[in-house]
Amino acid sequence: MYVSPIREPLIKGEKSYQTITDEISAPIAGKPGPLWYAGITFSTLALLVGLYAMGHTVWNGIGTWGANRTINWGWGITNFVWWVGIGHAGTFISAILLLFRQKWRTSINRAAEAMTIFAVICAALFPVLHLGRPWLAFFMAPYPSTRELWINFNSPLIWDVFAISTYFTVSLLFWYIGLIPDLGTIRDRVTSKGKKAFYKFMSFGWTGSAKHWQRHESISLILAGLAAPLVLSVHSIVSMDFATSLIPGWHTTIFPPYFVSGAIFSGFAMVLTLMIITRRTLNLQQYITVNHIESMNKIIIATGSIVGVAYITELFMSWYSGNIYEQYTFLNRATGPYWWAYWIMMTCNVISPQLLWFKKLRRNLTFTFILSIFINIGMWFERFVIVVTSLHRDFLPSSWSMYYPSITEVGIFIGTFGIFFTLFLLFIRFFPVIAISEVKSVLKSSSEKFIKK
Amino acid sequence: MKRTNNYITAYFEDDDDLKVGIKSLLEKKVTIHDVLTPFAVHGLDHLLNFKRSRIPKVGFISGMVGGVSTLLFQTWVFTKAWPLNIGGKPFFALPSFIPVTFELSVLIAAFGMIAAYFISSNIGPGSKNVIYDERVTDDRFLIIIDLEKDNSINDKEKIKEILKEIGAKGITIKE
Repeated sequence: MYVSPIREPLIKGEKSYQTITDEISAPIAGKPGPLWYAGITFSTLALLVGLYAMGHTVWNGIGTWGANRTINWGWGITNFVWWVGIGHAGTFISAILLLFRQKWRTSINRAAEAMTIFAVICAALFPVLHLGRPWLAFFMAPYPSTRELWINFNSPLIWDVFAISTYFTVSLLFWYIGLIPDLGTIRDRVTSKGKKAFYKFMSFGWTGSAKHWQRHESISLILAGLAAPLVLSVHSIVSMDFATSLIPGWHTTIFPPYFVSGAIFSGFAMVLTLMIITRRTLNLQQYITVNHIESMNKIIIATGSIVGVAYITELFMSWYSGNIYEQYTFLNRATGPYWWAYWIMMTCNVISPQLLWFKKLRRNLTFTFILSIFINIGMWFERFVIVVTSLHRDFLPSSWSMYYPSITEVGIFIGTFGIFFTLFLLFIRFFPVIAISEVKSVLKSSSEKFIKK
Repeated sequence: MKRTNNYITAYFEDDDDLKVGIKSLLEKKVTIHDVLTPFAVHGLDHLLNFKRSRIPKVGFISGMVGGVSTLLFQTWVFTKAWPLNIGGKPFFALPSFIPVTFELSVLIAAFGMIAAYFISSNIGPGSKNVIYDERVTDDRFLIIIDLEKDNSINDKEKIKEILKEIGAKGITIKE
């Protein structure tokens, strides 16, 4: 088959269908190495710290946090937006790149989608804890209460409840639909009785019948079609939590597209952080190639530049509006007491990704890994800047304040990392990290072995 | 798909060989009961004359049901059940009902399609489908030919010959 010489193979090495099955399911069949045990120990410890901090918050109330009456959305909402944003890359890869028929998604979609689900779990914890009385969270559900009062469907905060829960459910279903055939593969390979029973249950009686594949393909396509606008709607709605308010620095119409591109930007950074480690530790370099890393870096530079333009547009609009409060807010962001947060954000999100215009750097794994961490930090600071610096200068100068996170908040943030990495490590241990059947379907069109012929 | 107790199985090791094999089987008027493959082989549904899947229709209908009922519910809440005056804004505030309507259309559509997929394919938690060959999920492309319902039982030797001719491996007759 003729393939343009500038197209690099997506699967390297002499691969047959069987070697693909063998190599991708090897981590499940074998025993995990010491690195995995070290990782799971650390992440479980972090998780326990988080559980303690969450228990402390629920027991003693929201006063254990550093939030005050001026800055009432401190770390909690910063972390919420950060985690939700990270989730967006998974859906972008699995849904939007599926609609665009990008074959390189097949090697990374499974892990990225798993990351989405785990990140949304971490994100959802924050607003629920921020309620102060999390056992009353059911007040947000439209149920016929004795007060006969319904929830306010005009509020973006209620939209968010529906958006995040739909996003989580649909991502989970989409992920699992794709997993079923691969769990069938694992079921037919494991030998021990317990494992066999486990994967038999999990694979839902998958047989691989042509009719089932036809339905599988059909449902995957339609779910991708639904998930693509869904993912865009989720972060748009998150941004409206801010944009529909009256706070200078928040009520800007640019927020929805700016938040969505920021979300995809930060999500891809997290995918790169995870995949660069995963491909090395699980020996998947021939499936997740440097070419894949480069493709992701190209998305990073595209979305990173959109984010940069959005930052500059915000500055321009605050000047152009002629509104002195708006102008002060942005001047204060860059030069006020939180100038360092603003400039960390600018350096990490706008300046550093521009280095990716150099092909050498795009294909350099060490550089990409360090840059991805930079972007993760930068995007956290973006949300911190939006939440804290917009609030800390109140309408009344007597209420002006600063934000100091308490140890409990730090503990919860560490705890979400614990939850995220514990779930991710369990995932790479018990589930196929790469979509085996999808990689097989692109073997003939995109592997080194067949392209050469 | 229901299968009788008399059937032949044979496999190929390559998807292109499988497609060629299926073509020649169909030319020789052998009815194929089912084909099991490790991944979605493109063009197989046309080859086997499958109708288009009705899952998109199920998705459309359930999405519409979800969307319309959510929109009606929100309208009822704000115009009939408890009209709430928010700064003199209209009770029927269509733009702000759109986000929840959209989210629930997607959610109900996804549930509807997955229910249709699981029920029609008989897969789901606790499903007890027969596994013909454990390597079907690895690298084998298996053809199942029913000898009672679709083909005559007396043809079994003939079908076996045809399978051998087209290069199928592991030809097994189950009676």
